[in-house]
Amino acid sequence: MQANAASHDHDHHHDTNGNKLFGFWIYLMSDCILFATLFATYAVLETGSISGPTGKDIFELPFVFVETMLLLFSSITFGFGMIAMKRNDVAGLKRWMKVTFLLGVGFIAMEIYEFHHLIEAGYGPQESAFLSAFFTLVGTHGLHVTFGLVWLAVCYHQLSTKGLNENMAMRFSCLSLFWHFLDIVWICVFTIVYLMGVM
Amino acid sequence: MGQHVETSSSDYVKGFVASLILTVIPFYLAYTKALPNGVTYALLFGCAIVQILVHFKYFLHMEAKTSEGQWNIVSLAFTAIIVLILIAGSVWIIYNMTANMKL
Repeated sequence: MQANAASHDHDHHHDTNGNKLFGFWIYLMSDCILFATLFATYAVLETGSISGPTGKDIFELPFVFVETMLLLFSSITFGFGMIAMKRNDVAGLKRWMKVTFLLGVGFIAMEIYEFHHLIEAGYGPQESAFLSAFFTLVGTHGLHVTFGLVWLAVCYHQLSTKGLNENMAMRFSCLSLFWHFLDIVWICVFTIVYLMGVM
Repeated sequence: MGQHVETSSSDYVKGFVASLILTVIPFYLAYTKALPNGVTYALLFGCAIVQILVHFKYFLHMEAKTSEGQWNIVSLAFTAIIVLILIAGSVWIIYNMTANMKL
């Protein structure tokens, strides 16, 4: 889009930024393969719970539904933030990033609560192959979201101190890809782990 | 994708509403077990795949109109093939090993 922070008289930066965005996309694709290996591990070990509980015993769908909603809402609020950014509306961008951050924190808080709850109940990752695979897969996604939150906080701070320039716009563009990508991974997580787990 | 495409809030709202529907349906089906298992599995997978496509279109703004967009799609397609080999291959191999070794 031409009318954004990367203004028209900076066309020579345009290609560099296009390359950055594509490079980041390639990173996301490699991350995709990382998640695929964890999904494959989970699929293979899912039935390995002889001594421990199965998904049916430990998954609570209403809880997971709220988590899913938090992440989905954070995707659209991030999108609205990007639209504000393209209009050079810094206040709007900041407002939407705050909302996104809070939704992300809510998601992570719920996930930590769920993990803590399971471990307290004696269903830690050491109990069975199924639980090891579950904690690794869902935990890796949670770690990604956590790093996304750190990145968001850093970008927010930089936006406050440096203002919205071409570099900042690029950082937010990359972070937006990262954030939407994590929501896509979560679709696979709730479908394969939670929904199919209770069937 | 990213900053290269004209985006409007209506795109995000469309994607959001579609995602909402495609999330509520599978959760409802899995929670109530209203349908036979086979049908539910098919619908769970179907909703997930459609929702992923919705996210690609409305949130990630992937499109084949520009050469950059095409490169994104090509790299995504390549990754999808790798992911498919990884997951289907692992499941296939381990399933056969389990069956043949009578573990």
